[in-house]
Amino acid sequence: MTTTAARRDTFALPRWIWTIGNTVLTLVLTFVGLTAVTFAIGRVMPADPVLAIIGDRASNEVYERVYLEMGLDRPIYEQYFRYLGELLSGDLGMSIMTARPVLTDIAIFFPATLELATIATLIGVFIGIPMGVLAAVNQGRWIDHVVRVFGLIGYSVPVFWLGMVGLLIFYGNLGWVGGPGRIEPYYDGIVDTVTGIILIDAAMADEWDVFWDAVSHLILPSAILGSFALAYIARMTRSFMLDQLSQEYVLTARVKGASELAVIWKHAFRNVLVQLITIIGLTYASLLEGSVLTETVFSWPGIGQYITTSLFNADMNAVLGGTIVVGACFIGINMLSDMLYKLVDPRARA
Amino acid sequence: MSETTGETGMRAWLLSASPQSVTQARCQRAYLGWLAFRTNPIAMTGLIIVVVLVLAAIFAPLITSGDGLTPALENRLQPASATNWFGTDQLGRDIYDRIVWGSRITLYIVALVSIIVVPIGLIIGTVAGYMGGWVDNVLMRLTDIFLAFPRLILALALVAALGPGLENAVLAIALTTWSPYARIARAEVLTIRKSEFIMAAEAQGASTVRILRKHVVPLCLASVIVRLTLDMAGIILTAAGLGFLGLGAQPPTPEWGAMIATGRPFLLDQWWVPTVPGIAIFVVSLGFCLLGDGLRDVLDPKSAGP
Amino acid sequence: MTLFQRIGAWIAVPLTAALLSAPVQAGPPKDTFVMAKDISDLITLDPAEVFELSGGEIIANIYDRIMMYEPEDLSTLVGGVAESWEILDDGKTIVFSIRPGMTFHSGNPVTAEDVAFSLQRVVKLGKTPAFIVTQFGWTPENVDELVVVEGDKVKISITEEFSPALVLNALSAGVASVVDMKTVLENEVDGDLGYAWLKSNSAGSGAFKLRTWKANELVTLEANGDYRHGAPGVKRVILRHVAEPSAQRLMMEKGDADIARNLTPDQIKGIEGNDNIVVRADPKGTLVYLAANQSHPILGKPKVVEAIRHLVDYEGMANSFLAGQYVVHQAAWPGGLWGSLMETPFSLDVEKAKALLAEAGHPDGFEMQIDTLNRAPFPEIAQSVQATLAQAGIKANIVTSEGKTLWPMYRARKHEMMVAIWSPDYTDPHSNIDSFANNPDNSEEAKLTGVLAWRNAWQSEAMNAKVAAARNELDIAKREAMYHDIQRDLQKTSPYAVLFQQAEQTAMQKNVDGFVSGSNFDLVFYRTVTK
Repeated sequence: MTTTAARRDTFALPRWIWTIGNTVLTLVLTFVGLTAVTFAIGRVMPADPVLAIIGDRASNEVYERVYLEMGLDRPIYEQYFRYLGELLSGDLGMSIMTARPVLTDIAIFFPATLELATIATLIGVFIGIPMGVLAAVNQGRWIDHVVRVFGLIGYSVPVFWLGMVGLLIFYGNLGWVGGPGRIEPYYDGIVDTVTGIILIDAAMADEWDVFWDAVSHLILPSAILGSFALAYIARMTRSFMLDQLSQEYVLTARVKGASELAVIWKHAFRNVLVQLITIIGLTYASLLEGSVLTETVFSWPGIGQYITTSLFNADMNAVLGGTIVVGACFIGINMLSDMLYKLVDPRARA
Repeated sequence: MSETTGETGMRAWLLSASPQSVTQARCQRAYLGWLAFRTNPIAMTGLIIVVVLVLAAIFAPLITSGDGLTPALENRLQPASATNWFGTDQLGRDIYDRIVWGSRITLYIVALVSIIVVPIGLIIGTVAGYMGGWVDNVLMRLTDIFLAFPRLILALALVAALGPGLENAVLAIALTTWSPYARIARAEVLTIRKSEFIMAAEAQGASTVRILRKHVVPLCLASVIVRLTLDMAGIILTAAGLGFLGLGAQPPTPEWGAMIATGRPFLLDQWWVPTVPGIAIFVVSLGFCLLGDGLRDVLDPKSAGP
Repeated sequence: MTLFQRIGAWIAVPLTAALLSAPVQAGPPKDTFVMAKDISDLITLDPAEVFELSGGEIIANIYDRIMMYEPEDLSTLVGGVAESWEILDDGKTIVFSIRPGMTFHSGNPVTAEDVAFSLQRVVKLGKTPAFIVTQFGWTPENVDELVVVEGDKVKISITEEFSPALVLNALSAGVASVVDMKTVLENEVDGDLGYAWLKSNSAGSGAFKLRTWKANELVTLEANGDYRHGAPGVKRVILRHVAEPSAQRLMMEKGDADIARNLTPDQIKGIEGNDNIVVRADPKGTLVYLAANQSHPILGKPKVVEAIRHLVDYEGMANSFLAGQYVVHQAAWPGGLWGSLMETPFSLDVEKAKALLAEAGHPDGFEMQIDTLNRAPFPEIAQSVQATLAQAGIKANIVTSEGKTLWPMYRARKHEMMVAIWSPDYTDPHSNIDSFANNPDNSEEAKLTGVLAWRNAWQSEAMNAKVAAARNELDIAKREAMYHDIQRDLQKTSPYAVLFQQAEQTAMQKNVDGFVSGSNFDLVFYRTVTK
């Protein structure tokens, strides 16, 4: 009796609470899954975190002592729960490689990636969308084919290779852009770190030399990273626009004598905006994690490079912390895009 | 004469308005698809690239002058010439030979990933879609978790854990790629689940496994194949990226990504060493992309837009 | 829409402006010395813990050591913080007088207490490089009695048999850096002797002080104007982490770096035509060697290892992809140092190797795995060796990995054959010979994981005795002869084939002067640099 009553109550809850509850549950599960998998990988790695601290020539006595200090003798589930506990209290542990708390490291490295991915996405948006619209409007004509092939090229180029070649041409030969890294080292330390994003920090501090130096370092890696975003966004814009342009209201508008420009931008484009924002969100999320190789080629001190070098150096706290932060952003943005999409597109709700 | 009638006979059979058998109907569909595909220059370019890749892999021993593995230190870093079409690398090996032999590695990666990914995706997706209820819930939640992972980083971590090597790289890529396939398969199943022929099969007392295998899976295959071909570029690039970071194929294996990685220091003076494998990766990825695009237009017209 | 346009204008205008008016690359300022270097190995700057090449080089410029080599004469050991020393009659006690008038960066005077504290701290913290001094018999329990302050002097006593020359040499290693006791203890947390703090801060009396260390990005050092040899030639030294050698080269050509440390031989060749850049080569103590695990049923046979020594194309490699940066060297102590043996008895000789393999019972060869590091030139060396081994029928599979993955396997004796690297901890032959040849206990349980002989499961009682005798010998000439003898023995019977010795090639802008780089990894001096 009581149980049915209780169940009825639950069912009486408004639908949105269900949705939110469901989302939160998925979020928690995904998050726990993410930490568990990363943690397990870290513990079965052949790279030895103890040796990462003591070096390869250390005696066995030193090894045993550090092994115990790190708590590696405990059963793995116990280590995991201890880690989760510390994580929930905001402690990500110390990094071996940088001799700093992982949280501090992330506060330093993450803005660099954020800066790179943001500019890359913007490049994708401001070039990709017009390209996509142009292709859709001229469907089947040469311009459509050009955009389509161009988009596929963006998918097919190995970014690390493009980065190398780009560096050689635009920095080495032409001298148009800055070299590897975020900034020339002699500009380092001039601007106080406030947001961690050099462009903003430099502009706020009124240090325009630093600002332009940062811009010149940023252009190439973000353009190369952006080529993927551009390809994807142009492609999706084209297909969304085609969908809209074949709708009846477009025909109606045309019959009513609206100019072609107005039809495209006022009517059709407005209707694909939400879908596009979803796509842009997804692109942004994938760039945040996909910048690993670009960062390697450009010596970009971002989170991707941080995770990779930590991984190679068996610095597991750093790998876990970095992965969790990137994963959380990835999950969060995906979830937001998903919800936005469901909110607007009635078909997706079913 | 008999040959021409044979051909027209064949064509007529393929284009007949009223197919006499299931086989004929299937052949007809494929043939019509091919006709549509053939008129698409972009898709045909893709097909040609992929066919050339496959032929290169098959006939590698015939079209190369060596195994591309043995160093010849006295002949290193030579520019392109009549004997070394793409020049030689830092150990004096012919780059053309290595590219051709490397096509086998690329195909191997592509094939192995497909063999792992498609069945996992299909099984999880179709079972979830067909069974519904809590099975669906559990399986899809699992899929969502994998979808939400930062993939490249996860693949990196996996290879680091398994140890560097081609097989491990493939495994890591596969484990991080299967989830979208499960979603696609599930979506397909949901649209056909209530259709009459499934009902009919159920009424005849066919087992769940049999229904899934005989009726559901074949219908999902088309969209899965399209997606797979489109993903190939991504798979090849990820494998190359792992090779680039030193986690993929081991030397002296001529894996293209690893060739770029070891050729990096030569970009300035001997540009061909890292550039040729870069172009190879690009062309093959593009080939799969173009092919996938064309295949989608033919097999799965609804998602391609009008 | 209009909002989009406005944002677009906001972003697009500065971007295009930047593209068009790309700032003029002025290069580093005159008083700043920018070095492009791979410093990914840097994990600590605490002299009691530093055991990495980059870290060792940096702390050598921050801290003065008890004994030192100075840039003016890299082959003579002189007093650093110690002005003079006296070896007492038993040969086991040394009394150091402290150089007067020295101050730390903090302004505190350098005293005997600081010296004793620094050594005691190393022993008590017990980090990896501590063995350099704990081998003298020091333990956390007894070090306070064995290293003592006597007035303004420091007296150290050793309990093991060691030649005093060796002891003095060991006190020129990084662990003998003198730290500022007062400053360190001010930053102590929970009795950690300042360990957490000193990892990324400095408290020395050397030519530079640490300003910033951003892991995998840069290290900035600031000149100490009051240094005892006078102010350094530049105000700031910036070590910029650039992992990619080709990026280092581009930075050199664009003038964004004053010096590049990790160019490959082929890049050096490419840069030689540039009139603004000069290249120098400095022999280093680093050795590249092949090691065969003696617990392997086939590799454990001495004839097989001997055959392998004849299956390496030493000259071919040294004259091609290693040209200029590695020279053939086949003894366990590097050339150019006291005690080195320059004989190179081995060359590629497939017929001889085949005969040896046949004698060992493997005329048709066998199959095995070569493990090595995944950065140049190791994969290339392994591939060349693989090809020459194949000529005698030995089929080798190569696996390359990061050091952190390779070491655990090596330390657990799980390798078959290894192409690895070794550089001395201090400039006495004992540093290498002790590790290559001395294995007091070969059992699995002994876990002498830091010792190369143990890692390769190789033990020779006769060799152990020779190593001890050479270590304790007081007569310099006799001692040198003993080390020559040991190295010849190692060439005949040992699990190793030493292949090459490194020569570091450095590219510098023409205006850079006074960069000194000695044979050991921590003998690189920034204070003499001017530009």
